[in-house]
Amino acid sequence: MKGMTLIVRTVTDFVVGFIVVFGAYIVLYGHLTPGGGFAGGVIVACAFILLLLAHGGDVAYSKLPERVGHLLDSSGALAFLAIAWFGLIGGYFFMNVLGKGEPFHLFSSGSILAYNIAIAFKVGSSLFLVFAALATFRRRSFRAMIEDELL
Amino acid sequence: MESITPQLYTLLVFMVIGSVIAIETRNLLSAVISVSAVGFALSVAFLFLGAPDIAITQLVVEVLVLVILIRGTILIDNTAIEAHRDTLALVASLIFFGMLLGFGAMIFGSRGFPEFGEPLMRVSKVYVHTGLPATYAANIVTSVILDFRGYDTLGEATVLFTSILGALAILRRGGKVSGKEVATT
Repeated sequence: MKGMTLIVRTVTDFVVGFIVVFGAYIVLYGHLTPGGGFAGGVIVACAFILLLLAHGGDVAYSKLPERVGHLLDSSGALAFLAIAWFGLIGGYFFMNVLGKGEPFHLFSSGSILAYNIAIAFKVGSSLFLVFAALATFRRRSFRAMIEDELL
Repeated sequence: MESITPQLYTLLVFMVIGSVIAIETRNLLSAVISVSAVGFALSVAFLFLGAPDIAITQLVVEVLVLVILIRGTILIDNTAIEAHRDTLALVASLIFFGMLLGFGAMIFGSRGFPEFGEPLMRVSKVYVHTGLPATYAANIVTSVILDFRGYDTLGEATVLFTSILGALAILRRGGKVSGKEVATT
């Protein structure tokens, strides 16, 4: 798919970094302020979707290739499960075994921060991937699919 | 809690009107815009109810869904729906809605609903009182969804992972026909 006009592309270049930084803030401070892994991941995905809409597929895929997106998606899900398994060291599944730290500090609340980061990677990359799949998807007629022997 | 009730009722009426427009309009794009208006009003309602966490998530997901749905409806040439609506579906949905109201009255009729803004605090009382000392997370919502109810979040992540997997499998650009790869762009 092709991009949009020069105005949209310039504004996108200016704004997209701030969106990613804001998403990272929402993720990292999810245990202190409103927000969390899911919301922050969606914000980061929105930044890449903005790139995809404004610049077209080539620029967006050069920033986040499809293969890397699949890798981040699966590894985020596995990391969430792995941190949950890590709790078995302390006794049971999902136990918060990492150091709790001091409340109201960034490195507090043990594994909740790690859960947030894992969910953010998972949600962000998977939503970007599904948008990319939908954006590049072309509606094809049934007859054309039969002619291409796809059915 | 008394002071925010008029704002909530205004938002509720707005959401009901938006939903009716979304169902009744003949244009797909108008329906998408109406649904998004309902979603944004819902996020403002969450803010009024004192749930900024849910409001942020609702707002962000609403923006994403709006972009995806507009992108999906613009690609279709004919966005106007011609077909007539089925009366059987209308009757069935009315019957089920009446059954829902009836069963709700049967369950809550004898005891009565809890007052607005004063929910039943059975399990959640423990979360509120022991959230900070048990998890050291200042945001009580995060301590609930990632510590007390981690299994819920694991299930949610699994649902999301599986649905994205299915969507990508259906919408992927390359297909396979009896062993050999075929590009379908």
